[in-house]
Amino acid sequence: MNQHHQINESIKCLIDQTLHLADTCLILGQRNSEWCAHGPILEQDIAITNITLDLIGQARNFYQYAAKLLVEYEQKQATEDTLAYLRTEREFKNLLICELPNGDWANTILRQFFFSTFQVLLFEEMSHSKDAQLSAIAIKSIKETNYHVKWSSEWVIRLGDGTAESKERMINAIDNLWMYTGEFFIPAKYETIDVVLLKEKWLQKVKEVFDEATLIIPDKGFMQSGGKLGAHTEHLGFILSELQYLQRVHPGAEW
Amino acid sequence: MNIQIRKCYYGDIPEENNSGAGTQSASNESLWPLWEVFIRSKQGLDHKHAGSLHAADAQMAMENARDVYTRRQEGVSLWVVESKNIHASNPDEAEMFFEPSSDKAYRHPTFYDLPDEVKHM
Repeated sequence: MNQHHQINESIKCLIDQTLHLADTCLILGQRNSEWCAHGPILEQDIAITNITLDLIGQARNFYQYAAKLLVEYEQKQATEDTLAYLRTEREFKNLLICELPNGDWANTILRQFFFSTFQVLLFEEMSHSKDAQLSAIAIKSIKETNYHVKWSSEWVIRLGDGTAESKERMINAIDNLWMYTGEFFIPAKYETIDVVLLKEKWLQKVKEVFDEATLIIPDKGFMQSGGKLGAHTEHLGFILSELQYLQRVHPGAEW
Repeated sequence: MNIQIRKCYYGDIPEENNSGAGTQSASNESLWPLWEVFIRSKQGLDHKHAGSLHAADAQMAMENARDVYTRRQEGVSLWVVESKNIHASNPDEAEMFFEPSSDKAYRHPTFYDLPDEVKHM
């Protein structure tokens, strides 16, 4: 393998890594945005929408960087908009857990808790990245993500250690989501961050919150994966058709 | 039927035209108490009343206040107080409370000759 080829390979990995991070934030943001005007109470509607906007802001930072790399190193025409609006299902590299339907409030806040807890650990690791741009995005994002963990973990405790009904809803949510948490820690070839190392800390935090919420971590079981490589659940196509509709029907539309 | 008696706190005026306590069907909102939010916009300034919101407990009230009232860099510090703990003056008593002071201009400290040495007054 000559040197030129090696550089190409590492740039390709960096682009895929950045797109994976961008897609994950965008798809979870798009999902959470479905709560807008449907939250259980006005104040929590605003809270989940704020988190959604944070995620879409993070997605934009990653897409802009990916577009810059594609233009510079691969001579491709790309912008943050073409990356979000004109790629197909198999090209999206988001984590599967992000594309799952919202379900009820318990399911939504539990997913946010699982995801944001992972994202904080990821961004902590990423803030030491050799890549200056990824490191800068991580440092900027980690403050808001810390708040997402605080907000969602308090909801897990409130519902888990709440009424009989709220507890039952939390247990159902754990059943729904647990098998999608393994993917956080299954590395894709392109990943420059060692996600395997984050697993112990993630479990520790989840256990802490679950203990307080009187909830139980499931036994080891089958874990879903594939999202990082573009193999998705049946839900992603529907999300993209809604998300991309306008740009597909009216290419280049602006408002 | 899911009807409950609800005490109305200051600021928590129900849409129906019934002052004070009234009956209305229970909704999520009527189950969570009302809180008043005070924001300090920057260090050194006072906390000022910004508005109110619903929350199940103080911690949630604090976070709701953060999410609802400080999204656009409005503050550096927050207070939340459950609305029932605020005792408001009665509008019916406004006449005897506030009007007597309107013709007492001599209470303003403006009738003194200041020595030249006193600055910044």
